Amino acid sequence: MATYTLEGRTGTWEIVVGLEIHAQVISESKLFSGASATYGGAPNDHVSFVDAGFPGMLPVINRECVAQAVRTGLGLKAQINLESRFDRKNYFYADLPNGYQISQFQMPIVGTGIVEIELQDGTIKHIGITRLHLEQDAGKSMHDQHPAKSVIDLNRAGVALMEIVSEPDIRSPEEAGAYLRKIRQIVRYLGTCDGNMEEGSMRADVNVSVRKAGEDFRTRCEIKNVNSVRFVMHAIEAEAIRQIEVWESGGEVVQETRLYDPSKGETRSMRSKEDAHDYRYFPEPDLLPLIIEQAWVDELKSKLPELPDEKRARFCAQYSIPFYDAGVLVADQTTADFYETVAKGRDGKLASNWITGDFFAALNRTGTTIETSPVSAAALGQLLDLIADKTINGRIAKDVFEEMVDDGTMPADIVEKKGLRQVTDTGAIDQAVTKVLAENQDKVAEYKSGKDKLFGFFVGQVMKAMQGKGNPALVNEAVKKQLG
Amino acid sequence: MSLDAATVRRIARLARIRVDDAEVETLQSELNAILGYVEQLAEVNVEGVTPLSGGAQMALRSREDQLSDGGIADKILANAPDRVGHFFAVPKVVE
Amino acid sequence: MSLLTLTLAQASKALHTGEISATALTTAYIKAIEELNPRLNAFITPTPELALAQAKAADARLQAGTATALTGIPIAMKDLFCTEGVRTTAASKILSPFVPPYESTVSAKLKAAGAVTLGKANLDEFAMGSSNITSAYGPVENPWKRAGSDAKLVPGGSSGGSAAAVAARLALAATGTDTGGSIRQPAAFTGISGIKPTYGRCSRYGIVAFASSLDQAGPMARTVEDNAMLLNVMAGFDEKDSTSANVAVPDFTRALTQGVAGKRIGIPKEYRLEGTNPEILALWDQGIAWLREAGADVVEISLPHTKYGLAVYYIVAPAEASSNLARYDGVRFGARVDGHDLIDMYERTRAAGFGPEVKRRIMIGTYVLSHGYYDAYYLKAQKVRALILRDFQQAFEQVDAILTPTAPSAAFGLGEKMDDPVTMYLNDVFTVPASLAGVPAMSVPAGLSSEGLPLGLQIIGKHFDEETVFAVSAAIETAAGFSALPELRAK
Repeated sequence: MATYTLEGRTGTWEIVVGLEIHAQVISESKLFSGASATYGGAPNDHVSFVDAGFPGMLPVINRECVAQAVRTGLGLKAQINLESRFDRKNYFYADLPNGYQISQFQMPIVGTGIVEIELQDGTIKHIGITRLHLEQDAGKSMHDQHPAKSVIDLNRAGVALMEIVSEPDIRSPEEAGAYLRKIRQIVRYLGTCDGNMEEGSMRADVNVSVRKAGEDFRTRCEIKNVNSVRFVMHAIEAEAIRQIEVWESGGEVVQETRLYDPSKGETRSMRSKEDAHDYRYFPEPDLLPLIIEQAWVDELKSKLPELPDEKRARFCAQYSIPFYDAGVLVADQTTADFYETVAKGRDGKLASNWITGDFFAALNRTGTTIETSPVSAAALGQLLDLIADKTINGRIAKDVFEEMVDDGTMPADIVEKKGLRQVTDTGAIDQAVTKVLAENQDKVAEYKSGKDKLFGFFVGQVMKAMQGKGNPALVNEAVKKQLG
Repeated sequence: MSLDAATVRRIARLARIRVDDAEVETLQSELNAILGYVEQLAEVNVEGVTPLSGGAQMALRSREDQLSDGGIADKILANAPDRVGHFFAVPKVVE
Repeated sequence: MSLLTLTLAQASKALHTGEISATALTTAYIKAIEELNPRLNAFITPTPELALAQAKAADARLQAGTATALTGIPIAMKDLFCTEGVRTTAASKILSPFVPPYESTVSAKLKAAGAVTLGKANLDEFAMGSSNITSAYGPVENPWKRAGSDAKLVPGGSSGGSAAAVAARLALAATGTDTGGSIRQPAAFTGISGIKPTYGRCSRYGIVAFASSLDQAGPMARTVEDNAMLLNVMAGFDEKDSTSANVAVPDFTRALTQGVAGKRIGIPKEYRLEGTNPEILALWDQGIAWLREAGADVVEISLPHTKYGLAVYYIVAPAEASSNLARYDGVRFGARVDGHDLIDMYERTRAAGFGPEVKRRIMIGTYVLSHGYYDAYYLKAQKVRALILRDFQQAFEQVDAILTPTAPSAAFGLGEKMDDPVTMYLNDVFTVPASLAGVPAMSVPAGLSSEGLPLGLQIIGKHFDEETVFAVSAAIETAAGFSALPELRAK
């Protein structure tokens, strides 16, 4: 694996990155109230008095949110803490109704874990997970709705978030991207977060520092709320370059919160958070310690779906497909399920080739997804069956597939309607060969005088004459025979 | 530990309470009197003692994940000092 | 017979027999409020129309035979309980325009039982105080006078309005809340009874929070029996409060006749603080004698960490308060003072909206939680708090209840003890330990000072054993035969 470095005036720098991923928990209602946790809604409609921090309102925890955190912890191969606690993180902001966020500071529900990432060149690397904890999301401030005012919608206030904190094990933008995608893949498999970065249900705070080889960590900066994999990668690079410039010009990087501006491709200091560093954490007195039973954890574990790493290994073994292809197929649960439906009882390698080849190309071309694609797994499976039982040949299969993409018709119907069954009647094939050779006497002469390459031409002409339906092996045989 | 005027100002800022210069001195002496009083805790030996954070000695109760609240935007907004439509409104924030 | 002289138990009986009507009883109290509240300032917001409407409904229920023991009983509601559609201020300017769109669990239970709410009672701002002088709506005057003096005295606090209203007969009973003594100390100062139940016994849902790990609602009334009848209704599990205990609520009135024969009563030696008023100590000794006479086994016990209670309290309560009061920021409810930006708006709103005592406590709380000081102050305080709880747990292995004075002095004058906050805080020295341990404690009037002011004794019980607290309190009440009345009272 090539080490990622940046060249400065004073030498080579490496970067040190840790990610804090905020993943919105999939649940009906909020972490501490019965209001809807669904994205969107009319302003302040998904809000209870608890979420809006009204006097005398008290939090009551949602069991499913706890279960989701445990599931995610199990998916990250992490330690589950049977006793955890909630703390208040105190700071003032217009979209933070109570003036504090209920979070887990000292005793998170999930402890250390490990995540495996794969880089472009096939290298496997392990990134440590420091912890995962549950906390409340804040509301939303909007600054462009009114000329003189900022306006606040509390619909998201109180929705459960999992904050997944990595060790500072990441050493390149590529690793950061791979890590973020891997976490997203895992939570999507688990059904604990939809991973939708556009809607903000997954976002990352990126801690970046730079150092010369062999040094201890230098001061880091935290880039807040980066909302796409691409931006995370860009922000790391831009911030690393900025820090190198600061160090190299004799300055000192100050620990601060920064914001990434994608339009300018740079990070800038977030002044509004400047004096908010003293969060005065203390145990949330409105809640008691969260105690969970090992038996409950075991039950959740027994119901976990197969995770991508395990599924990939199984696909390789069970369907004899290459590790790389299996990686593509397990990228998300839907693709993996689609593949398994097609591959089950069929040639796994052929199924993989069709899906990663023609099928993905068709999705791309038509702008559809597996869910909206006109070609169902059952239809593609039928197509593979038609090939396997020699009803159609591979050439015709491609045409049939295109028609399936066009209107969603089942392949057997297309073959029937268009009469695309492969011709295996040797009489008919011989007849076609005779005709082609008769029409191309000159080429036959050339062939006989040694131009062997023309053999393919004759086969092609025969196939063409038979509208592609000739059984390729039989056609070959007949041509060879007649040419003597 | 005794508070200086700068600390009083820093604490007031953290607590988002505006204090005039005249108030700082009074607050400083009052707060120092309270801190002076609680200083006596220093003499208590608490080695090995688990801190008690709550009034109740039980485990946390949880609720089912059910939609049971919300849809009351009018009530949520009824007491708002300022609003724009169904949003709360505050002086413009520059991030 | 004046309607105003009835106890709650007597009034309840008379209502059920049809001897009196809820409307007549309520009207008498409304008149009393009109007469005396301008002077005593016990209510911030009287609600006579609502009270009359509730009284009318109560009469209908009484007629229909669906009444409860509290149906038609006119009470004062401490203005810390959120009441739907009725302004709730917490005695703070910052909540002056606040009309809750919801009802607290405790007030809802009382409402459902048919109790009539006469209005919202005055208190120390956000329940922070021991004299009711920190209210943004003016101090409450204690209806009691020193013999031969017309000096205004404080009613204690923070439930000073509730206490004064009950003592002066502006209400038959009242709700209070107690964080470090806010029910017990004003009860003692005004010659009435009041109980702080076990933490978790009454729901905190809808009560404006001061210090979440200490706040507990409870009744204040003229007799121990009246308190038992009220707590029967106020107590109970509430799924909306995660710290509410799912413990069965017994009929507390049954405990009143238990007696104390054979009960072991502890006398903590550390409560004989140096400099305590000898009158208070004498009353305490009298209380011990009464209990012995009634057949109790009185033993000395040790609560060695008690003396640190106040110091712990003045770290823990402000720390929680500093966070609980962060929500008063002028954004969603309450008063706002405009500013040139968001932070300026916050700072002006909170500077103008909070009074000096509240600001002090927020500042102290902010400081003890701040970076670099948490371990020395907050964490240390939590550990000592654990030791205080352990003291009580060990004591209750030997005894059934503990007897102490309620307050170190009788009611003091308005303007006294105001020099520095710490002197004022010392009022809570006897009440704070039970709050920190979460155990139930009641104050009962037991005698008069040489100046003719009421003094109270405190009975502390085990977690969720309010029954023993009621039994011992009833025994003290009987023995003391306290019948003195305040000078200012509706007749």
